[in-house]
Amino acid sequence: MRNEHAYPALVAEDGASVVKLPEKGPLDIRGLTVAYGDKPAVFSVDASFAPGALTAIVGPNGAGKSTLLKAALGIIPALSGEISSFGMPLDSVRDRIAYVPQRASVDWDFPASVLDVVLMGLYHRVGLLGRLSGASKAHAQACLHRVGMADFQDRQIGKLSGGQQQRVFLARALAQDADLYLLDEPFAGVDAATERAIIDVLKELKRSGEAVVAVHHDLATVETYFDRVLMLNVRRIAEGPVTTTFNAETLSATYGGRLAATHIDHLTLAT
Amino acid sequence: MSPFVDALLLGAGYNAALVGLGAALLGFAAGASGTFLFLRKRALVSDAVAHATLPGVALAFMVMVAIGGDGRSLAGLLAGSALSALAGLLAVEWIVRSTRLSEDAAIGAVLSVFFGLGVVLLTVIQTMSAGRQAGLEGFLLGSTAGMLFEDAIVIAVGGALTVAATWILRRPMTLVAFDPEFAAAQGYDVRRIDLAIMGLVLAVTVIGLKLVGLILIIALLIIPPVTARFWTERGGRAMWIAGAFGSSSGYIGSALSASAPALPTGPIIVLVATAFFVVSLLFAPARGVAAAILRHRTFQARVHRRQGLLALARDEHIHDPLTLRLLRAEGLIRRDGVATASGRAQAARVARDERRWDVAREIHQNTGLTGRYDGLTPIDEVLTGDEIALIDARLGGPKGVGGTT
Repeated sequence: MRNEHAYPALVAEDGASVVKLPEKGPLDIRGLTVAYGDKPAVFSVDASFAPGALTAIVGPNGAGKSTLLKAALGIIPALSGEISSFGMPLDSVRDRIAYVPQRASVDWDFPASVLDVVLMGLYHRVGLLGRLSGASKAHAQACLHRVGMADFQDRQIGKLSGGQQQRVFLARALAQDADLYLLDEPFAGVDAATERAIIDVLKELKRSGEAVVAVHHDLATVETYFDRVLMLNVRRIAEGPVTTTFNAETLSATYGGRLAATHIDHLTLAT
Repeated sequence: MSPFVDALLLGAGYNAALVGLGAALLGFAAGASGTFLFLRKRALVSDAVAHATLPGVALAFMVMVAIGGDGRSLAGLLAGSALSALAGLLAVEWIVRSTRLSEDAAIGAVLSVFFGLGVVLLTVIQTMSAGRQAGLEGFLLGSTAGMLFEDAIVIAVGGALTVAATWILRRPMTLVAFDPEFAAAQGYDVRRIDLAIMGLVLAVTVIGLKLVGLILIIALLIIPPVTARFWTERGGRAMWIAGAFGSSSGYIGSALSASAPALPTGPIIVLVATAFFVVSLLFAPARGVAAAILRHRTFQARVHRRQGLLALARDEHIHDPLTLRLLRAEGLIRRDGVATASGRAQAARVARDERRWDVAREIHQNTGLTGRYDGLTPIDEVLTGDEIALIDARLGGPKGVGGTT
């Protein structure tokens, strides 16, 4: 059942009447189904993400991890399902949500500097005719500083390494001052120093009470980086704290034969 | 040359001056709004939009004649062209969205169907007895002969509105062009912004129809932004630079065509724009072909010099003719290939740098530093003096090269 839910129902003393608290999780997904053509990529998935926690979404290729995030944000249409964020319809709280797409999803030869890209995180807030003031620029620079890219603000984005590009994307999300951060494979193809810089920033966000959700593909780091895990293979396989949920049984249920037994042995798993 | 200068200075007559100013304004609007079309990588959609204007022009003419006029009202013809261009644009969008066809196929289908229909309708109009059909073919390649003050006003007002709208929408359009998923996550309606980009293109097409014609308008929408891309790495500036190239092309091109009796204005404008493009392609400072060749040559020379010096340090024979030439030119080796005194000193320095890097890579494994070893950068540009001293302590004293120290 959903005993791992972040917001449990209150049970009255007599044990009979159940008072369900209004759900105000950063992101609550109910019965989400997404299909490409007539093949479901995500099927009837329920998920809730907790504030002040780092949640990993794991699953094999084609399990619908990125699709789940995109559909939850309305980037791609869903066939069915309900999405609410902080207890509100998504569209009324978009300014509280920051999304970091996959680095490979954009053309980095675009004419923009590093600072330009970070400022894109503020476009929606300042509106069509609003000015990007000195304060906005200072804020963007501070965000670049947090990801260790302060010296690169005038660099054309095409001249960055993959890891640096990923940091710029993260800085753009930080500029939004959001309460919910959704990251699609933030560690894909980045160098070790960048991976450390990114996880440090994510842990900082978590400490200040933000909800952080990342599609993650490196099973070896799930336990060291994340607090909670959503295991997905088109359907939801398991969801809960890493310590109790991430184990050999759920892994083989998620990955099936695609994950060799030796691979599982390499992970220090809770039993 | 003198008629050309006259035309440049607006001294070639009232009509030529109107055409020149109109073309400059149109060029600016086309370059500025075309920038986002180009950045969104949907340049060819504008070709479908432009060709789709033709049946609208013809139908508008027929309707106006039917309700009893001579069918030559510019406002009526432009309204007709805008409507059928919009139909063409929506047809492309619909085909892409609801079938498995890709956008290029949809463009090809819509472009040819609308253009073919337009040509058929024009032929029908030729056989009609009512109305003054002469001059409708001018919408194909543009015509400036009968340019009126009212035409210039249409271009000026339409162009100014288009540039203003482009400026207001620049941020959402930039966002959608660079990262549509992020834009959607922020709550922007990507489809509507795409339609806005195309709407601006459509507006430029319609106001430019009379001057440049529907076949060549795509050149004014695309060539200036592509040219501007050679000169800037900033999207915000690209829009203004493209506008400047577009208006210069329009102005110079119309002056050129006014200076000789039989030069068609639209095609000349396009050729001037192309000239700007070719010059930029070859000579732009950072992205031009010449700069790229120069950069490659410089890099190649650095690599050969380094390899040559390392070979000297190891007392190896150098065979590569480029390496030999470079080392000789610097006086590092004699004509017979033997190292000179300064050659030996340089070789020792480079060999030492290599050894320091070897140690540095061992010590600093897995940090950003190892990424900075490109085999060319001297280590003292990367590490501080005390860090190098630490490395040298591990290396021991300097080793001799070629028998001398």
